[in-house]
Amino acid sequence: MIVEVGHYALIVACLLSLIQGTFPLYGAVKKQGRLMSIAAPAAYGQLFFALLSFSALMYAFVVSDFSVVNVARNSHTLKPMLYKISATWGNHEGSILFWALILALYGAMVAYFGRKLPKTLHVRVLSIQALVGLGFYLFLLLTSNPFERIYPFPMEGNGLNPLLQDPGLAFHPPLLYLGYVGLSVTFSFAVGALIEGRVDAAWARWVRPWTLLAWCFLTAGITLGSWWAYYELGWGGWWFWDPVENASFMPWLVATALLHSAIVVEKRDTLKAWTILLAIIAFSFSLLGTFIVRSGVLTSVHAFATDPERGVFILLFLFLVIGGSLLLFALRADKLQPGGLFAPISRESMLVINNLLLSVAAAVVMFGTLYPLIRDALTGDKITVGPPFFNMAFGFLMIPLILFMGIGPSASWKRADLMGIVSRLKFVFAAALVAGIAFFYIAGGSEIMAAVWLGLGIWLLLSTLFEWADRVKLFKPASLKRMSRQTRASVGMTLGHLGLAVAVIGMASTSYWDSEHQSIMSYGDQASIGGYDITFKNTDGIIGPNYSAVKATFDISKDGVTLDPLRPEARVYLSPPMPTTEAAILSTIMGDLFVVIGEANSKDYDEWAVRLYYKPLQIWLWGGAAIMVLGGFISLSDRRFRMGLSKRVKK
Amino acid sequence: MNKFIPFMIFCVISGALYIGLNLNPGNIPSALINDPVPQFSLPVVGGEEVGLTSDELAGQDEVVIVNFFASWCAPCYVEHPFLMDLKARGYKIYGVAYKDKARNTNTFLAELGNPYYKVAADEVGRVSIDFGVYGVPETYVIKNGVIRYKHSGPIHEMEFEDKVIPIIESVDQ
Amino acid sequence: MKVLFSFILWAMMSFSTFAVGVDEVRLSDPAEEAHAQDLMKQLRCLVCQNQSIVDSNVDLARDLRIIVRERIIAGDSDEQVFAFMTSRYGDWVLLKPPFDKSTFVLWLSPLLLLMIGFFIIFRNQQSAKTINRDEPLSDEEKNRINALLSDKGEV
Repeated sequence: MIVEVGHYALIVACLLSLIQGTFPLYGAVKKQGRLMSIAAPAAYGQLFFALLSFSALMYAFVVSDFSVVNVARNSHTLKPMLYKISATWGNHEGSILFWALILALYGAMVAYFGRKLPKTLHVRVLSIQALVGLGFYLFLLLTSNPFERIYPFPMEGNGLNPLLQDPGLAFHPPLLYLGYVGLSVTFSFAVGALIEGRVDAAWARWVRPWTLLAWCFLTAGITLGSWWAYYELGWGGWWFWDPVENASFMPWLVATALLHSAIVVEKRDTLKAWTILLAIIAFSFSLLGTFIVRSGVLTSVHAFATDPERGVFILLFLFLVIGGSLLLFALRADKLQPGGLFAPISRESMLVINNLLLSVAAAVVMFGTLYPLIRDALTGDKITVGPPFFNMAFGFLMIPLILFMGIGPSASWKRADLMGIVSRLKFVFAAALVAGIAFFYIAGGSEIMAAVWLGLGIWLLLSTLFEWADRVKLFKPASLKRMSRQTRASVGMTLGHLGLAVAVIGMASTSYWDSEHQSIMSYGDQASIGGYDITFKNTDGIIGPNYSAVKATFDISKDGVTLDPLRPEARVYLSPPMPTTEAAILSTIMGDLFVVIGEANSKDYDEWAVRLYYKPLQIWLWGGAAIMVLGGFISLSDRRFRMGLSKRVKK
Repeated sequence: MNKFIPFMIFCVISGALYIGLNLNPGNIPSALINDPVPQFSLPVVGGEEVGLTSDELAGQDEVVIVNFFASWCAPCYVEHPFLMDLKARGYKIYGVAYKDKARNTNTFLAELGNPYYKVAADEVGRVSIDFGVYGVPETYVIKNGVIRYKHSGPIHEMEFEDKVIPIIESVDQ
Repeated sequence: MKVLFSFILWAMMSFSTFAVGVDEVRLSDPAEEAHAQDLMKQLRCLVCQNQSIVDSNVDLARDLRIIVRERIIAGDSDEQVFAFMTSRYGDWVLLKPPFDKSTFVLWLSPLLLLMIGFFIIFRNQQSAKTINRDEPLSDEEKNRINALLSDKGEV
């Protein structure tokens, strides 16, 4: 019964989005207030029914209602409750419903927070948002209905892929979707502005906070996914340039560019057409990512069950939404007045360089991801574009980006004094250079790239701190007062850049200077890695809620000091039957000790395959990303954004 | 400045994606099509005597079908009835047991029937790698010592009709 | 306990895809082993298609790793090792796409796109300059305007 309610709620939400997407648009053209005022209530209604629908599906999972096909395919009675809940979005149909829900959520938020916007713009934005949602509702109802029933129904479900039964992975999709889908707001704003034919101060003030919100969630979601891969997949890797990883990275790169170009639009009323194009492209990448995961065009460990019929639907939808908005851009962008000029060396030009490098990076990642497909389509050759290409291409672009990031925040608007900046930062540059060379020799004179990246990370770290210290006139009188007067947006910027620096240092260390030790160990055997002494004590057989496992105990000590033992597991899940490894990780600020237990080597089960890894500064990667997210949220809490949302700014 | 460029680029990408929907990225075609059969000699299942050599495959007048299989491979069970059917229709199929223990191979063939004219064992798996095998089951079609076609995964009637029969017929003339 | 272990290990070996296996013997010379690992990182696993053979735990990956080591001991150059693999599995097995006339656009894309980007920015700055003239009018231009305004139509 509840499931049917969910189904009908979905249909109602679909109809509401149709109404919300058409009448207000017409009303905005004909200036009919009554038609326009349908938009906001429809948005709230849509959220209500989408939430109702999603809750109904979640209910079916929680009570293990196997008469629902989706639940039967993806759940199991023995599964822990957390994973019964997360299974709601851990499958194709449920995740699309989740997409639609978040789209409706953001729509309602725009309806509420945008009450003071010029009416026609507000209404157009809501309509575009609804039209995107309409596509998703139709996709659900026509090709991927989560509420389909089955009769006779099975007594037990197929269970959820054991790899997905993990707290990190349970939260990875919600965060990612809040990010991905959040870019729909700036998209709707961009298209709305194109329809209106103008971009004014109010529009500019709206783009930044909404992009920031989406960006924060997207960063958090990607980081969580990467962290999960690190501890779950058994060999400590955290990024594979897998097509679906790329599908989330491309919108992130474009969203970062958008964040920065929006600053120029707001402060200097220029780069408007470009910012609108970026906003359209950012969300387009979100949609493209959704397509790639579900259509089977690219192989990926992430791919959902594929179906060409669904693929065609999504592609058609993509063509209408993205193609339509890009066509609109081509036709209407001329209406936007070009803005002020700026000197070749200025804050504006620094931000333009930022945008150039980030956009080219996104384009290169897209090209690399789609190249195998294009080549197959054109010549039938099967070719692989893997990490070696991406690391090289992306790295090539990141080097200048990080260099410029150190200078950019010091540049002033309109015209910056390059010589002044260079002379102020020359010591920082020298320090980074020295540090890089020093590390190169400490590490034994190999891996020059490691030293380069480390040097870059330190450059960014020091130059960001230096710029901040200069701004608050550190160590001079009244410095503390200046510190407290810094806007949250500027604090956010500093933290954001610092976070990236920390992450880059972490990435460089853990990629180039990690060590591995693989051997067959018997009870009592010892090994050393990363300064730790490890003794293999014993193994136990254990039974979990829906798995059985071998749990090994390793005693750990460092410099003679005994630490807590590490207990990695090798699990076998029942339904679906699959083995997984649960590594045991000791994380410290200096590095991670990573222990994995494998197969037994002998029939007596007293010799086992053991893998040990030491990953220096691994935690700096996750920490740096967390600092970036923190910076983003602090920026978001800036008064100016909140004022922009609910009041007209007093000029 | 031509503002239509983003739109046009997108159209090209959509086109590529549309074509991509009908392709299968996970299927790796054989690199050995129209190459001679790699030199090898494999023992019989569970024994030391020579079971199958490349010379024997190359020396045949008719088209030769070689099927790589294993008792631990689930899709091989799915494919098996069709292979029995092919045997009944008079086709000569050579079997290679890939990385399988002799007694398991024998049990498999005893319980399900033996569709093979001859079976050899590649317990180490090296010869299979020389053929470009990356999973089981895989089926190769060889004529005059040259590999003409390879199918990855269980082979079935439609595939056989569409792809293999034309090869057999064209070369038999 | 033994029964539990044997069940778990049987299950794991049936699905060797994810089990961390007993690895093959490594090369005794660490430099050679490092070289071998470097080559392995560039070969794609055909079963778990989004990993290199060094990360993948399936049997085939292990067999290919052993082959790489054998080839290195036998004195093969990097190109020869890769050729061994591509002659059996095609270019697909290389994680690093080859640099030839068809992939040349791919490899040069960062540089090419960067140059195109610079060009577009430059063009836009130029056209923006002609629309926004911040500089004051020259004397000659002032005269022309006066002439136009007074003559009403004579250019």
